[in-house]
Amino acid sequence: MNNGRKYVIQGVFIVIGIVYLVRLFYLQVVADNYKAQADDNAIRRVIVYPHRGQILDRNGKLMVINESVYDISVIPKKVQIKDTLDFCRVMGVDKPYFDSVMTVAKTYSKLKPSTFLRQLSVEEFARIQDRLIDFPGFFYTARTVRKYPHKTLANALGYIAEISPAKLKDQNYYRQGDYVGINGLEAFYEEQLRGQRGVRYVMVNKNGVEKGPFKGGAFDTAAVAGENLVSTIDIDLQQYADSLMNNKIGSVVALEPSTGEILTMVSAPSYDPNVLVGRLFAKNYTELQRSKYLPMYNRPVQAVYRPGSIFKLVQSLVALQEGVITPESQFGCVPYPMKCHSHPRGHNDLHNAVQWSCNPYFYNVYRRIIYARSTGNNWRDSPKGLMAWNKHVKSFGFGTRLDVDLPSVKRGFIPDTAIYNRSYGRLRWQFSNFYSVSIGEGELNVVPIQMANLAAIMANRGHYYTPHLVKAVGKSGKPLPQYLERHQTSVDTSYFRYVVDGMESAVAHGTVWGRARIPDIVMCGKTGTSQNRKGEKDHSVFICFAPKDNPKIALAVYVENAGFGGLAAAPIASLLAEKYLKKTITDKRRLLLEKDFKLRDYMPKPKVDTAKKEPRPVLARLVVPPAKSRLLSPDTAKPTARVTGY
Amino acid sequence: MYSSEFRPGQDLRPGKLDWVTVLLYAACVAAGWVNIYAAVYDPEAHPSMLDLTINSGKQLVWIGSALVLITLIMVVDFKFFEAFAYIFYVIILVALVGVMFLARDVNGAKAWFEIGGARIQPSEFAKFITALTLAKYLSDTTVRFDELRTQLICAAIIAVPALIILKQNDTGSAMVFGAFILVLYREGLTPWVLILGVSAAIILVLALVVTPLYLYIAIAVIALLAFLQLRRKTLRNILWVVGLAALVAIMVYGVGFFMNNVLQAHQRNRILVLVDPTIDQKQVGYQVLQSKIAIGSGGFWGKGFLSGTQTRFDFVPEQETDFIFCTIGEEHGWMGGLVVIGLLVGLLCRIVYLAERQRDRFSRVYGYSVACILFVHFAINIGMTIGLVPVIGIPLPFFSYGGSSLWSFTILLWVFLKLDSHRVEVLSRV
Repeated sequence: MNNGRKYVIQGVFIVIGIVYLVRLFYLQVVADNYKAQADDNAIRRVIVYPHRGQILDRNGKLMVINESVYDISVIPKKVQIKDTLDFCRVMGVDKPYFDSVMTVAKTYSKLKPSTFLRQLSVEEFARIQDRLIDFPGFFYTARTVRKYPHKTLANALGYIAEISPAKLKDQNYYRQGDYVGINGLEAFYEEQLRGQRGVRYVMVNKNGVEKGPFKGGAFDTAAVAGENLVSTIDIDLQQYADSLMNNKIGSVVALEPSTGEILTMVSAPSYDPNVLVGRLFAKNYTELQRSKYLPMYNRPVQAVYRPGSIFKLVQSLVALQEGVITPESQFGCVPYPMKCHSHPRGHNDLHNAVQWSCNPYFYNVYRRIIYARSTGNNWRDSPKGLMAWNKHVKSFGFGTRLDVDLPSVKRGFIPDTAIYNRSYGRLRWQFSNFYSVSIGEGELNVVPIQMANLAAIMANRGHYYTPHLVKAVGKSGKPLPQYLERHQTSVDTSYFRYVVDGMESAVAHGTVWGRARIPDIVMCGKTGTSQNRKGEKDHSVFICFAPKDNPKIALAVYVENAGFGGLAAAPIASLLAEKYLKKTITDKRRLLLEKDFKLRDYMPKPKVDTAKKEPRPVLARLVVPPAKSRLLSPDTAKPTARVTGY
Repeated sequence: MYSSEFRPGQDLRPGKLDWVTVLLYAACVAAGWVNIYAAVYDPEAHPSMLDLTINSGKQLVWIGSALVLITLIMVVDFKFFEAFAYIFYVIILVALVGVMFLARDVNGAKAWFEIGGARIQPSEFAKFITALTLAKYLSDTTVRFDELRTQLICAAIIAVPALIILKQNDTGSAMVFGAFILVLYREGLTPWVLILGVSAAIILVLALVVTPLYLYIAIAVIALLAFLQLRRKTLRNILWVVGLAALVAIMVYGVGFFMNNVLQAHQRNRILVLVDPTIDQKQVGYQVLQSKIAIGSGGFWGKGFLSGTQTRFDFVPEQETDFIFCTIGEEHGWMGGLVVIGLLVGLLCRIVYLAERQRDRFSRVYGYSVACILFVHFAINIGMTIGLVPVIGIPLPFFSYGGSSLWSFTILLWVFLKLDSHRVEVLSRV
């Protein structure tokens, strides 16, 4: 009776087998989410960071390098330490540190590595390396940090740090925790320096512990190292300039006129860029930010000053171009409305006026520029004249942002009709309201690099290349294309020689202090004195180029609160020019001058009671409070009443 | 009832082992061993497959000792098992009770004797001995299966060890004793038992998926429709309809009661996970999900031997023992599953075939017991790895790592092969 039942039972076996095979087919072939989930489980994407590009100076000396540092990590579960004190001695830590870090590591994970010691230098690591094998559970990982062997040029080079949440949001290359250039060249050339990240797929077990490459690394992509940059900086000249700017506040910019390459860029006071690397970044950064010396303020491109008498060069050229004067035009040195200072009064032509920086002369020149197309109505003529002048001046790179390869370059300001319309009302102002602009005061604002660029324009007799810090990006060997573009000023080349001759005389026998002359090199320069509020010493300004024919270097030097331009800025510029052109300074008197200026202290003296408490922290060299440079914004600036100029 | 006449289709060649079964057995054991190696393989340590410090090496020792057991089974007299069945039964009952007092708690179950380094689990052998005892009892010529007394005694033979094992908190092993219901069905048990069991399972699933209230409404509606369809509305028929509806309703209620009041929380979770795989991610939900991920990621052809990421990196707990099928599913894909399921189903059908050709009831009942025990293991084990059956910790026969399970399955199967090889020497007692 039960013979049929064997088929029922066998049928049950087979049906279950078929049901399971169908289910398996669904899981394995039809449903596709399990594969992805399996990969999520067991395969981890690991980002491989490329070597960041290094930065060299124009002679191939390394300015920014990658230095290996070592992190010691620990896997708590594998740790076997017989003698904790011995271990602590080898590692150079104390027992409380050991206990606290181990507690944190164990809390995080017993199986995954935690960092035990961060960023040991090669020397520190060498001490530990041999003993590391005695301590199971501890291992090292090498990585690189930035190092700046010359300890200079901090603001221009910038620094790298973890990407900010804001920046992380508006791009899609970076990830949380990535290091990016924050300032200077590191920021400007970020894309070239960073290289291309690679990806590695590793297998992990259920505890998240790595278990080797997935499929032998078949899906991995290699990281591409960042490109090296060859800077235009001459590191020797840079350091020499640093030493001359010791105990001073100000800027030095040296250019190669024929290319616009920046040879030297000093922002004083500054800091040692190495303090913004590694473990102490946050602490040092805060200290630098809080310092009233503003060490992170890159004066050559960010400080805004009035140009002072140096602007007379531009006034001369614009006037010549506009045809309102000739090189032979003479104006009497009448001390009204602005005073002059002692100089030979006879034959006061353009050459003489530039040589001696004659204020009344340029009052008249500027008046002629403004009223060049006179209709007899000063209220209507002034705006027209001003805008025509404004256009010429802007062709010199003033009042516009020079496209320097640095972030946050300031543009300065060249007066236009808008500012006076705001101040006085439309058609309610004329030349007499802004005549102080004629000698580089008033509403004019310039940035030191624009002044250096002016020196280069004078050297080139009418054109310039945008100043830049990098002459070769990676293997291309070329700078960015915009730096190969020649910019012509709106003043004809032929007019330049009259003004340049005046500049030569100013150095040879004019406003420039005799000790600032280079014995056997013809240097052309112009002094300036940028005015400050009452009670504060003027800023000393000097631009120059040398030699007169086929110039090799153009300079702008600002020394804050140092007074007359010929006395402080000019000697520094002359020393730099000589050093660059001759490599060494041998003349005895010049060496004395050099020694003198290395020691000279133009820092505004702090009040006695605060001086004692002045912290002298991480700032390597520098010190002393700069009065925040007198930034005159066009909105607030009123035409100055007190007008003198050199 | 003695009959010794020749029946067509009976193979009467003497003293022959059934080599088909032997080969199926050998294939399963070998495939299991290879997959155990894959499950414990550590790509960094690179140990040999034979390394005794890892489970694949140990499994080889178990396989070797299983060969010794096979030899022993082959040399003893084939009547030995029948003769000593009751004595074994008493011994195993004592051992099962004893283990509760002597054993250490392992995974919540007190089921292992520790002798030296080895652990012996009496419940593994209880299945074999219960099968022998049941077969011996039913082979008694004075026993008639259609008597209630016989059925109660059979139930007792099965239930006593099962209940003791349940008491040990080893639910999985206890459930395997349900296999004997299939055996009894073959021997004449009313199919209603099976139908009731299957409908209970269906209702269980329904009760989990659907709110009980809707089920009650559905039962009422179906009963009403059935009533309207009745051709002859006799009292008897109406009582049938009402009675059935009431029975189903009671079962629905019973399932709810069973789930909420009888099962422990972790057991309840194992069932609930089948419906919603995202719950209980710390414990059994995680295990089932990881198991499905491992198998599901295998695809049609699998990732290749030793190339399963889930297997190598221990995402599935218990992978070399109860979840060995994950390794097969991941590394060998659907084809691997087809081979394994094919081997096992083939083995089961072969055993049923062999059982049917026995001339005495003892061998036949025992043979069915072997097939059904293996079947329950197979169905529950693979079913749980693919998320069709609640997680119940029982091994996959011949595949899973473990000495006790390999030994007990080997003994179970080979005693039957021994009996089969001597089938012509017994008088036919159908």
